[in-house]
Amino acid sequence: MPVTKETYLYWYESMLLMRRFEEKSGQLYGQQKIRGFCHLYIGQEAVVAGTISAIRQEDPIITAYRDHAHALGKGVSARAVMAELYGKATGCSKGKGGSMHLFSKEHYFFGGHGIVGGQIPLGAGIAFAEQYKGTDNVCICYLGDGAVRQGALNETFNMAMLWKLPVVFVCENNGYAMGTSVQRTTNVTDIYKIGLAYDMPSEPVDGMSCESVHEAMDRAVRRARKGEGPTFLEMRTYRYKGHSMSDPARYRTKEEVEEYKAKDPIEIVKNTILEKKYADEAWFEEIAAKVKEEVEDSVKFAEESPFPDADELYKDVYAQEDYPFILD
Amino acid sequence: MRTIQFREALREAMSEEMRKDESIFLMGEEVAEYNGAYKVSQGMMDEFGAKRVIDTPISELGFAGIGVGAAMNGLRPIVEFMTFNFSLVAIDQVVNGASKMLQMSGGQFPVPIVFRGPTGNAGQLGAQHSQSFESWYANCPGLKVVVPSNPYDAKGLLKSAIIDPDPVIFMESELMYGDKGEVPEDEYYIELGQAHVDQEGTDVTLVGFGKIMKVVHAAAQELAKEDISAEVIDLRTVRPIDYATVLESVKKTNRLVLVEEAWPLANFSTDIAFRVQKDAFDYLDAPVLRINSADTPLAYAPTLVQAALPSAEKVIKAVKEVMYIKS
Ligand SMILES: Cc1ncc(C[n+]2csc(CCOP(=O)(O)OP(=O)(O)O)c2C)c(N)n1
Ligand SMILES: [Mg+2]
Repeated sequence: MPVTKETYLYWYESMLLMRRFEEKSGQLYGQQKIRGFCHLYIGQEAVVAGTISAIRQEDPIITAYRDHAHALGKGVSARAVMAELYGKATGCSKGKGGSMHLFSKEHYFFGGHGIVGGQIPLGAGIAFAEQYKGTDNVCICYLGDGAVRQGALNETFNMAMLWKLPVVFVCENNGYAMGTSVQRTTNVTDIYKIGLAYDMPSEPVDGMSCESVHEAMDRAVRRARKGEGPTFLEMRTYRYKGHSMSDPARYRTKEEVEEYKAKDPIEIVKNTILEKKYADEAWFEEIAAKVKEEVEDSVKFAEESPFPDADELYKDVYAQEDYPFILD
Repeated sequence: MRTIQFREALREAMSEEMRKDESIFLMGEEVAEYNGAYKVSQGMMDEFGAKRVIDTPISELGFAGIGVGAAMNGLRPIVEFMTFNFSLVAIDQVVNGASKMLQMSGGQFPVPIVFRGPTGNAGQLGAQHSQSFESWYANCPGLKVVVPSNPYDAKGLLKSAIIDPDPVIFMESELMYGDKGEVPEDEYYIELGQAHVDQEGTDVTLVGFGKIMKVVHAAAQELAKEDISAEVIDLRTVRPIDYATVLESVKKTNRLVLVEEAWPLANFSTDIAFRVQKDAFDYLDAPVLRINSADTPLAYAPTLVQAALPSAEKVIKAVKEVMYIKS
């Protein structure tokens, strides 16, 4: 898929929505409308935007708990995501999952997962099913730089290569796992090199650049669709905020944060659009207004939606309808 | 007496023992430079250095096993799990390794290790972050399992756990780390395996452990207002279990309500109910009742959290039921 004018305009609008949505989520967390753990995606938008623009709607994706943008990127409505963050019955997981566990089967979004690295074998399993069913869909499995340190990754990489599963492992290397920098967890700081031990095509990618992300993804997905197996992409990106809402992020310098903010993907895409004259300032104003409206509408929707009734407690635990729960 | 936080009590326990014994070290995610995800180990790296307070990658299986191997070879590791939800990634090394090594080796390789961290729910954290695995570990012979409910016990029990010759699972709670309680300056130990009678009473025995004791105490206070005298027992250690203290109490009150955060199937409430019907059958004036979390993973929505968790109201209702009081 070539990078067209439409792709640029898509990236801009999609990333702006993620950014504004997350800023709003941060505020609402402060007001205790959103509870629990809440991990914002601000700064990493180019990874979701650039990967999603290179895949098809039917391609399944799966990620960890920093999942708001992945859901939005895959097409889940801001309303359904915001309502989930509120724990409302109208949320994309009926209020049962919360921020870390967004899901949407309709959008081939296999969820946000809370145990670091737990989604790595699941992603390969989703790909296994596509291969088994004979589709040419490709699963995108996102994971953090911290998740790379789980044993599950090694077992999964080996089998994914052995069976040439149609999966692209996208490591969102934002430099930190909570307060621990990549440098402090390994002597192989080039994370993509882990894939090489399994002869998995692996490469580092500038994760602040939508173009680079999209192109690397495009190559990987094409290969997978042809039955040539998995790819490991290390997207070098950055989160501007702390790990979660409770992390003041004192372990990194202001300069480091500023250095990445200077490469802000939204600004960069905006400048490219202007340079290439794909749109004018009026268009940007229009998009800004549209996104603002979408986010505000999602908050209103979440506010007005009901919490799940207590009788939802025993629903969705088993697929069996009449499972005999212990009720004492 | 001075009061300190639960997290400080844990830190004192570890630091005091580490000052005495070079072979003790602390290992886990964010324990050193970040001073602990929940600030339990604050300042410990400064005091003991990076050799003895060690940050790990997010590799629970690996570092739990490294701990077990180090313990087999003469060290005394304290392995911190950021929460016990994540210990499931490592449970093979605990259950297939630590718990069995002494017996498999015919007594040659003891494994003096402590695995510690928070257990149970901490509010709206969703299904994967809200689990109580005390009974999973306690089911496994070879392990000891300690679940303190207050700073005083936490310190004395952790000190005993660290010097214990066997592997100990030591389970705390995010919701208790900030709790304050009286802790003497002078050194003390609390023996593992001893329950504590927090409050004497005559009408009903309430048994719990860990942070759920807050619910138990709240219920006991409410009951007192209605002239119902509850005897409150904090098990403190759930393997081994101090059955004797529970039985003695039941023989006095003739009624028992068990309170536990875990799911209802196969846990301490079922275990203690069995023991009591077997050894104190003739003393019971009512069936044993229990309050557990609902038989479902803990969902995120506040309405579902509230419906699922044990509460003082639920305990009070059960007490009235065993006392045949119509409410
Ligand atoms: C198995 C496991 N261990 C520990 C945790 C606690 N934890 C949650 S997020 C996190 C850091 C993960 O960092 P990374 O994979 O880089 O993802 P990022 O947060 O940067 O997106 C840790 C240690 C967990 N959820 N699961
Ligand atoms: Mg990271």
